[in-house]
Amino acid sequence: MKKLHHLIALIGLLSVLLIAGCGKSIASQDVLQHAKQTNTIVWGVKADTRLFGLMNTKSGNIEGFDIDMAKAITKQILGPKGKAELVQVTSDTRVPMIKGGNIDAIIATMTITPDREKVLNFTQSYFAAGQSLLVKKGSPIHSVKDLKKGDKVIGVQGSTSVDNIQKAAPQATVLQLSDYAQAFTALKSGQGVAVTTDNGILYGMSKQDPNYVVVGGAFTKEPYGIALNKGQTNMTNAMNKAINTLRKNGTYEKLINKWFGDIPGFDIKEVE
Amino acid sequence: MLNILVNNFPELMSGLGYTLMSSLIALVGSLIIGTAFALMEISTHRWLSVIGNVYVEVVRNIPLLVITMAFYVIVPQYIAQIDGFTAGTIGLTIYTSAFIAETVRAGIQSVAVGQMEGARSVGMTYTQAMIQIIFPQAFKIVIPPLGNQFINLVKNSSILAFVAGFDLMYQGKIIANATFNTFDTYLAVGVLYLILTMPLSYFMRYLEKKWAVA
Repeated sequence: MKKLHHLIALIGLLSVLLIAGCGKSIASQDVLQHAKQTNTIVWGVKADTRLFGLMNTKSGNIEGFDIDMAKAITKQILGPKGKAELVQVTSDTRVPMIKGGNIDAIIATMTITPDREKVLNFTQSYFAAGQSLLVKKGSPIHSVKDLKKGDKVIGVQGSTSVDNIQKAAPQATVLQLSDYAQAFTALKSGQGVAVTTDNGILYGMSKQDPNYVVVGGAFTKEPYGIALNKGQTNMTNAMNKAINTLRKNGTYEKLINKWFGDIPGFDIKEVE
Repeated sequence: MLNILVNNFPELMSGLGYTLMSSLIALVGSLIIGTAFALMEISTHRWLSVIGNVYVEVVRNIPLLVITMAFYVIVPQYIAQIDGFTAGTIGLTIYTSAFIAETVRAGIQSVAVGQMEGARSVGMTYTQAMIQIIFPQAFKIVIPPLGNQFINLVKNSSILAFVAGFDLMYQGKIIANATFNTFDTYLAVGVLYLILTMPLSYFMRYLEKKWAVA
């Protein structure tokens, strides 16, 4: 009898989990309408990525190009009093968070890909990045072609760059860590020979520690877009319109120059 | 959930293998190290007992993630080139050993003092009395709490995911990111962890019954 009770309890537990999994998502309301009511757009942003979204430990604020874009777009949509609430995400938490309704939109160095477009809405691209390699100065690796069998390349979980490097250098082993700060630390302690991700992010790491350099140029195209939950057409349109306005009135160029203007080896014209 | 299991079967099985291997190494390692430190803690030799106490208090009061990151990041820079799997397994072993030391110490100390006195009075040495009289009794007492530690150890092995240790959780994160099906993936991962921990749990209960304190 006791065994039977155990079995029933186990089945009960599993069915609760399954029912929870089939439940309708709470994230199906119209976010544009909700944002107008609360005068706030909740943005998922990176806090570990220099130049795009990095926590400034002195001020406690997250700063970067993505952040400035988020604030500018919020003001375009909600007016000058509109508030941009920033929520930290990482490459592997951002999709579950938007699916769960914790955030309205993702502006977090997110590449537009066909796979992602199946589950998310994307705006037009606001930054044309490309994937590259970051290595220690003097490393024998000058481009993705120099990666040999057994070379360990460090990437970040949930980013497109791990798939791309597996295609571009199938002989190399890819190590996936949870964020860019950890990936860069792992490179410094010799866990791998290179970090691979989008050039904009790599230039940010190189700026922080000039002993590490970006090599080989971009071997993929990674257009960044703002992601919204599938079906949020109103908000997607509103954001596309806002990006167009920012491009026209010069705000966009000003922000690009602010963050990327003084980086050696970085061609601003390439990314706009 | 079945979809996820079927489509990613090789990755999940490889992850399960790494988790199992790391858990087994850490289980044996932490049991040996933990018992050694437990003996140091109760030693009548003052310095040994100080070292034992300091080790236990420092290690069990630091998060597992911090210990593991230290082995992953700092050790390769100054001491030896170790990869994520090794760093994670060492971190797990050291972390768990502190808890096992406390468990074993409590077990030994719960054996009545008269047992040791009696053994010594019939001419046994301290070591003989420990091994032949105290250990067998203490072992029965510590089985249930040791079982807890072992189950925690298996679950804590998910720390490997943070240092690219190719374990079950690491594969789960990658699959969740590739399929965007977070819920089902972690449900599958959870079930696979159950497959590892449930038999362990029942085995410990079996031991407990078999060697029940008379």
